[in-house]
Amino acid sequence: MTIGTYILVSVIKILIVVFVLLTAVAYTVLLERKVVGHIQNRWGPSRVGPFGIWQPLADGLKFIFKEDLTPPYVYKPLYLLAPIISVTLALTSIAVIPLGPWITVGGIHTPLGIADVNIGLLIILGVTSIGVYGVALAGWSSNSKYSMLGSLRASAQMVSYEIALGLSLVGILILSGSFSLRDIVDSQAGTWLGFIPRWNIFKGQIIAFFIYIMAAYAETNRIPFDLPEAETELVAGYHTEYSSMKFAMFFMAEYANMITVACVASILFFGGWSGPVFGPPIVQSLLPVLWFMLRVFLFLFIYIWVRGTLPRFRYDQLMAFGWKFLLPLAIANIIVTGLVVALK
Amino acid sequence: MHLVLFFIFGAVCVGAAINLLVQKHPINSALSLIVVMGSLALLYLLLGAEFVAAVQIIVYAGAVMVLFVFTIMLLNAGEEEVLPHSSRVAIVLGVPGLIAGLAIGVWVLGRFAGLDRISIGGPAILNGTEGFGNPQAIAHLLFRDFLLPFEVTSILILIAIMGAVVLARREE
Repeated sequence: MTIGTYILVSVIKILIVVFVLLTAVAYTVLLERKVVGHIQNRWGPSRVGPFGIWQPLADGLKFIFKEDLTPPYVYKPLYLLAPIISVTLALTSIAVIPLGPWITVGGIHTPLGIADVNIGLLIILGVTSIGVYGVALAGWSSNSKYSMLGSLRASAQMVSYEIALGLSLVGILILSGSFSLRDIVDSQAGTWLGFIPRWNIFKGQIIAFFIYIMAAYAETNRIPFDLPEAETELVAGYHTEYSSMKFAMFFMAEYANMITVACVASILFFGGWSGPVFGPPIVQSLLPVLWFMLRVFLFLFIYIWVRGTLPRFRYDQLMAFGWKFLLPLAIANIIVTGLVVALK
Repeated sequence: MHLVLFFIFGAVCVGAAINLLVQKHPINSALSLIVVMGSLALLYLLLGAEFVAAVQIIVYAGAVMVLFVFTIMLLNAGEEEVLPHSSRVAIVLGVPGLIAGLAIGVWVLGRFAGLDRISIGGPAILNGTEGFGNPQAIAHLLFRDFLLPFEVTSILILIAIMGAVVLARREE
């Protein structure tokens, strides 16, 4: 492939992936409002279009036309920078996530997904760890008590749970022997006895999966760990002073992070895009993407389900849970996995 | 391509480092330091050391600097106080003197330590081995060739952590 074709193919892939991601973000919000509505015995949005399917469009227009207030006592450079950091990093991590196997279109052989790098998992961890700054700087630069408390909570919480998150993935790395997300998916191919898929979660990583999911909920500031924006205590937490599109950027970042977490969970623990493939060639090349999207949808649904069901933790409970329970459990999981692999 | 990128990120790195010293507010300095870390990671990436680059981002930009920013936020550190009478003699003589000293130092190093033989280029020129700097190569170095030093270092860090815990613990 020449450099020109490579750039052209990459630009096309980037446009498609970003468009799909932003649409998915908008419709995850709608899904959340619908599902939480039904959990609480309401209908959720139902006025804009059939079943409210144009609601995200109306929300987006509303955000654009709202007045963009900047409170007078904020530290302006960082106040403007914080939402940009948040949303940029949230959208960046999708770049290294493979969305399906290699395909050939018109003689061009290319992987589904923007970039196929051999340290994909590390890049995702790195981007997540930088993501703290968006929240931290938003709270600090707003010069407001509620924002400040929210961002202090957020920084401490995200730094603490990042450790458990990172350690929970080491078991997967030991089993698959690679940082490349594509290699990790390939290492889960095949079945036992013809019907049990060889996914990592069935290879003894079920504890790691639960550690990962809980730490990821804390990383993305979602219920039951949504203390940084606990509205009953802190108005809206770190984005109290933000309005209009700047608030929408934090909102988009949160949902894009949820989608990334769902993608990573599907890839690492549930075999990525593995599934039955049949039919004509075009269907064969697109079915894996469908299987992958189904898993991601399932994880997003669980996210919302948890939000509709569980109450919020107290802050000391959150810290004790992260440091005294998840962290030792993650280390024990590494030791056991290492021993099993070494003795086999 | 490598050379152009090297100069771009090198300039960003040096610029951010100077900004770190010039800025009066601690949080701006901390953010400049993050930019320095980030551009260093990109320079590692240009050298073909992708694992080190990722770890640089995760550990330095993501963990160490978050604690810096967290502390600045927690103490709500204000602007640094500027001394009212900064010595004019120091500026007039000190800055050219410093530059001259640095130039002499670089010349001496280049003359006698062979710094002038170092060339900037792709990873292949630097080490001549394929796969240098990827996770497998680093794992082989750490866990096979240098296992003992690696383990000794980890014990040293463990002792440092325990020492910090003992020092930070409140006496009952």
